[in-house]
Amino acid sequence: MIARGTSAGSGRRLVLAALWLWTAIVFFLPFALVLKISFAEAQLSVPPYSALFERVDGVVVGLKATLANYGLLATDALYFKAYVGSLGIALIATTITLILGYPMAYAIARAPSPRREVLLILVMLPFWTSFLVRIYAWIGLLRPSGVINTALQAMGLIDAPLVLLNTQGAVYLGIVYAYLPFMVLPLYARLEKLDPALLEAAADLGAKPWRTFLSVTLPLSHPGILAGCLLVFIPAVGEFVIPELLGGPDTLMIGKVLWNEFFSNRDWPMSAAATVVLLATLIAPVMLFQSLRMRAEARP
Amino acid sequence: MSPVIRIEAVSKRYGAVAAVDDISLDIRENEFLALLGASGCGKTTLLRLMAGFEQPDRGRVLIGGEDMTLSAPYARPVNMMFQSYALFPHMTVAGNVAFGLKQDNISGDVLKARVNEALLAVELDRLGDRRPDQLSGGQRQRVALARCLAKRPRVLLLDEPMAALDKHLRERTQLELMALRKRLGITFVLVTHDQGEAMAMADRVAIMESGRILQIGAPRDLYERPASQRVARFFGDMNIWPVTAGATPGTLFVADLGLEARVASGSFLNGGPLTGAVALRPERIAISRTTESETGQGVQGTVAEVVFLGTASTYFVKVPAGGTVRVVVQNSDATSVFAQGDSVHLSWSATALTAIEP
Repeated sequence: MIARGTSAGSGRRLVLAALWLWTAIVFFLPFALVLKISFAEAQLSVPPYSALFERVDGVVVGLKATLANYGLLATDALYFKAYVGSLGIALIATTITLILGYPMAYAIARAPSPRREVLLILVMLPFWTSFLVRIYAWIGLLRPSGVINTALQAMGLIDAPLVLLNTQGAVYLGIVYAYLPFMVLPLYARLEKLDPALLEAAADLGAKPWRTFLSVTLPLSHPGILAGCLLVFIPAVGEFVIPELLGGPDTLMIGKVLWNEFFSNRDWPMSAAATVVLLATLIAPVMLFQSLRMRAEARP
Repeated sequence: MSPVIRIEAVSKRYGAVAAVDDISLDIRENEFLALLGASGCGKTTLLRLMAGFEQPDRGRVLIGGEDMTLSAPYARPVNMMFQSYALFPHMTVAGNVAFGLKQDNISGDVLKARVNEALLAVELDRLGDRRPDQLSGGQRQRVALARCLAKRPRVLLLDEPMAALDKHLRERTQLELMALRKRLGITFVLVTHDQGEAMAMADRVAIMESGRILQIGAPRDLYERPASQRVARFFGDMNIWPVTAGATPGTLFVADLGLEARVASGSFLNGGPLTGAVALRPERIAISRTTESETGQGVQGTVAEVVFLGTASTYFVKVPAGGTVRVVVQNSDATSVFAQGDSVHLSWSATALTAIEP
C-alpha cells in the first residue's frame, strides 16, 4: 500500500515536472528575457539594447537599469489608448462570440448522436487551414471588388461598393470568426454533461422554458462560459494579425503597437515594457477566473 | 366521482416499437396506483405521458376532467419524482424545494412557510442549507419528495423512487410514503418493476407488458386470481398446469396431477373450447402424512426436494401422474417438517385452484 502510494506519487511528480519544465522553457525563460530587456535602453547595436549589467573583465560591477520605458508607457497617451482599445475590442468581440457560441454549443449538445459528431467536426474544421490564410480569405470577401460587394452589385442592391474592409467592424468579424470554436467547445463540453432530467424537473415544477434556461441551464454552464470567454478574450487582446489585415487606420490595438515598436522602430526595450504591462493586465482576469472556478469547485 | 387522470385509448410509438399500445385507464381520486412491469414494458412512457414529457400519437390524456393531451409539463397539476431525483446541484435543499413554489409567484413568508412545511413532512427541516451532494441517497430522495409535495399536486407521479435505495431503507421509505399519502390525501401513481413494492403500497396494480395493461386490480385479486399465466408469473412461483375438459361437466382434467379438478373461477369457463391452464398458489396447499380433509381436493406424492428458507420451506413433491407440485409451508411447528423421500398427501380447497388463460 505504502509502496504503491509512493510510486503513484513519484509518477505524478514526474508528470508535473515535465509540465513545469515545459512552462519554464517556453514561458518563464523568455519572459525573464523580456523583463530584462524592458529595463534596458535602446541603442544601435546587436542586440539593439544596452546591457543590464556593467562588466569589467567579466566581473559584474554595477546594475544599469532604467524605468524610462515604463515611464513613457504611463505618460504617452498612445499606449494607454492602445491598451484600452484592445481591451474594449476584445471585450465586445468576446461578448458577440458568447452570444453566437452559446446557442451553437447548446444545439450541438442536444443533437442526436450521429449529427452531433458531424456538427462538432464542422466547428473544428477551420483549424485544418492556416489561420493566416483564413484571414486573407476575408479580405477577398470584404474588399471593394470582393465577393460580397460584387454579389450585392450584381443583384442591384447597391450602386457603389460598400466599405467593408479596413473597418472596426471587419476586426470584430475577424475575431469572432477566428475564435468562435474556442467559445463553442468548452461550452459544448459543459452543456453536454447537463442532465436532461434536470430540465424536465424544472418544467415539471412549473418553470416555463425561458425560466428553466435562466435558473438551471445557465448557472450550470457557468464554468463553460468562463472558460470560453477567457479563451477568446486573452488572445483577442494581444491580437495582431486580424487588426493588421482587416482593421483600418483607426483600429488601435496593443498588438499592432508592439509590432511597430519592435520591427519598425527597433525599440526592443519599449516593446518589452509594453509586453510586460500587457501580461500584467491579462493576469488579472485569469486570476479572477481561477478564483471563481476554485470557489465553484469548493462549493460542495 | 370523476377520475383525476383519464387515459383514453393512448398510443405512443418509438420507431417500430409501440411503447404504449392503445391503453385506457382511469385513475381515481386519492388512490394509489402502481404500474408494474419489466423494463421496456411501457410503464415509464405511460407515466411520462401523464407528466407531459411525451405527447401521445393517438388518444387523449385528461387531468381533472380537462383535456391536457398537448399541455406542457409546467401547465399540469401533477408532479413527478424522478428516478435519479434530478435535484438541482447548484441550489440548497431549501432552494430546490422553493424552486417550484417560486414558479407560482409565491414569495416572502408564505414561501418560507411552505418550504419549511414540505421539509418537515420528510424530516429534513434541519438540512435546508445543505447542497444535494452533501446528502445521503435516502436524504436526496426525501428532498425530491419534498420538492414535489411543496407544490401540493393533485397527483404525485413516482418513477421507480426506491430503485437506488438499499433494502432496509426501501422498506422504511415504503411505510413513510404510505403514511404521508394517508395524511395528505394525494393521488399517487407509482412505476415499479418490484412486485413486492407494488403489492405492499398500492390500492390497485396495473400489470404491463409490451405497452399493454394485462390486468388491473387490487393486489390480492391479482395475486389470487391472475387472468393469465403472464400475470401469474409476476407474483412468485405459482404452480401452473395445462388442462383439458374433464369427463364430468364443470370439471377440468389436469394431466400432470392425474386429477379431475373443480375450479372456482376463470374467464374461460363461460363456454368455448377448453384449452387453458390452472394455477395453484404454493402456500395454499396443505401437506400432511395422512389423507385428511375430504372436503377439498388432493393428490398423493413423494417429497423430491426440500429448500429451507428460514421462516418457510419449499417442498417439491412428485406425483405419480408425472407432475411436480411446489408447496410452501411456514416453519411454525415441528409437525410439518418433511424429508426427501417422505410419502405425503397434498390437499387444497376448491377455491384455491384458478383457471387462467394460456
